[in-house]
Amino acid sequence: MAARKKSLAHSTWTPFWFLAPAVIALLGIGIYPTIFALITSLRRYNITRTRDGFPFVGLDNYVAVVNDGTFSAALLRTAGFFMTVMPIELVLGLLIALALNKPGWPVMRTIARVSLVVPLATTYAVVGLLGRLIFNRDFGVANAFLGWAGIAPLDWLGSPSGAFAAIATMDIWQWTPFCALIFLSGLSMVPPEIEEAARLETSRFFTVLRYVQLPYLLPGLTAMLILRSADILKLFDMVFTMTRGGPGTATELISIYIQRVGFRVFDMGTASAQAIILLVFTIILSRLYIKLLYREVEA
Amino acid sequence: MKRLPHLLALVAVFVFAGFPFYWMVSSSFKQQADLLASPPVWLFHPTWANYFAIFADQKVVDGVYNSLIVAVSTTVLAVVLGTPAAYALARFEFRGKADLWFWFISNRMISPIVLALPIYLLAQKVGLLDTHLVLILVYLTFNLPIVVWICTDQFRSIPDELGQAARLESATQWQVFRLIYLPLALPGVAVSAIFSFIFSWNELLYALVLTRRDVQTAPVIATSFMSGYELPWGKIMATGTVIVLPVTIFALLVSRHMIRGLTMGATK
Repeated sequence: MAARKKSLAHSTWTPFWFLAPAVIALLGIGIYPTIFALITSLRRYNITRTRDGFPFVGLDNYVAVVNDGTFSAALLRTAGFFMTVMPIELVLGLLIALALNKPGWPVMRTIARVSLVVPLATTYAVVGLLGRLIFNRDFGVANAFLGWAGIAPLDWLGSPSGAFAAIATMDIWQWTPFCALIFLSGLSMVPPEIEEAARLETSRFFTVLRYVQLPYLLPGLTAMLILRSADILKLFDMVFTMTRGGPGTATELISIYIQRVGFRVFDMGTASAQAIILLVFTIILSRLYIKLLYREVEA
Repeated sequence: MKRLPHLLALVAVFVFAGFPFYWMVSSSFKQQADLLASPPVWLFHPTWANYFAIFADQKVVDGVYNSLIVAVSTTVLAVVLGTPAAYALARFEFRGKADLWFWFISNRMISPIVLALPIYLLAQKVGLLDTHLVLILVYLTFNLPIVVWICTDQFRSIPDELGQAARLESATQWQVFRLIYLPLALPGVAVSAIFSFIFSWNELLYALVLTRRDVQTAPVIATSFMSGYELPWGKIMATGTVIVLPVTIFALLVSRHMIRGLTMGATK
């Protein structure tokens, strides 16, 4: 192996030339703005009040953010959103994957599997617009479904818990397919002879799931938990078009909240401090992701 | 599970995944009276009126055009910058390679709001607000990592011997890349380009913050209908359909790679 690599001799600088354009681009549009945000976060920087300039105030913005209940409330709300949608997406996703993995009905299985791609591709902003139509109090189809079940119509988007449930529902619609497809790829890696042998031993569905299939599902599960956490910290488009974070602050998840502080209150200093804190969470998540999922590469 | 319940479960999956999409498309063919009917009507006389209305609306036409320019340019740029980088990561050994690769991947997780704040301030300083260029560049932050990741994987799958033979014929490293590996890696390049296009086309936050009037993209225009008392639901849903339909077709083309694209290859 070593000899083979040597014969493909290249000077130390060759990889540099191949990599430089991409690295320079990402440094310029990713790292430089991040450093700029870091500096902004140390300043009083309200773009509606430019008269006194933007003086450095040290860590004041961070102190203010930590002491300000609204930031931690937005973080808690985001965590609550994760705790609401994630279990449902995992359970539904697993059930869908099991149905898609089971032999029989080949054409319908293919149709069902391909249809899962549609929610994943739908423009997030349009998902939010669609949510506003579906959950409309007067003519939304969600209330029509409730009516079939004999339940009185709800003012979904007008009430805090209704709006939260509505954005959660749209998220579940869009991201359950993601979980289903990851679980399905895990299930398809179970060697068929092992699964058949297990089914000869026991007819209990849960025993097979627990002892034969589960080990193949775990790496995917880790990936989903981390990626969905990161995605929910990022979640903006769908919620913004659906509720703008309202009513009140009922659906104001962390990215929506920071966007409001930065672009509707124009307090860039505070918003930057919040963004940097959010970035730290993201870096932790991505280190975790790399550690847990690319182990063989790092070795 | 017996056969019939299995079939019903599969049909339920299809209905679950497809219903909101169906509701959007069918609403786009409804007249305002049918849209506002309570309870909602399931059978109605379809009309093209909403589509005529949005294509007569310069704002929507411009929005689609802006989206197209931005998504295509950023995709081309991501492929041009990303494929050589992916090639280097796949074929050369050098110090710091793993860290670099992970750095590309971590970009996938960063919330756009983190960059939107400083980029807004910087773009304002240099007069780049409300230009195609600023969106094209900003979208590279998520497109470039996608291209690098998928193409690295693709280049790794091509045997070393081809390049060695060409090197013996005294081809330069660049020729080996350009004439031998790049053509062989085209399927992966195409998949990554499609992902890049989908993500750019779907993006709202940067577009909302960095554009004003001239280069608003289609999702921004669709969102801008959401003001006033009586919302033009037919136009909104028709615009939504126009936005979603092309990316859905693209996504179906790469459906086999969907999960790879969304997890940066951690699961296949």
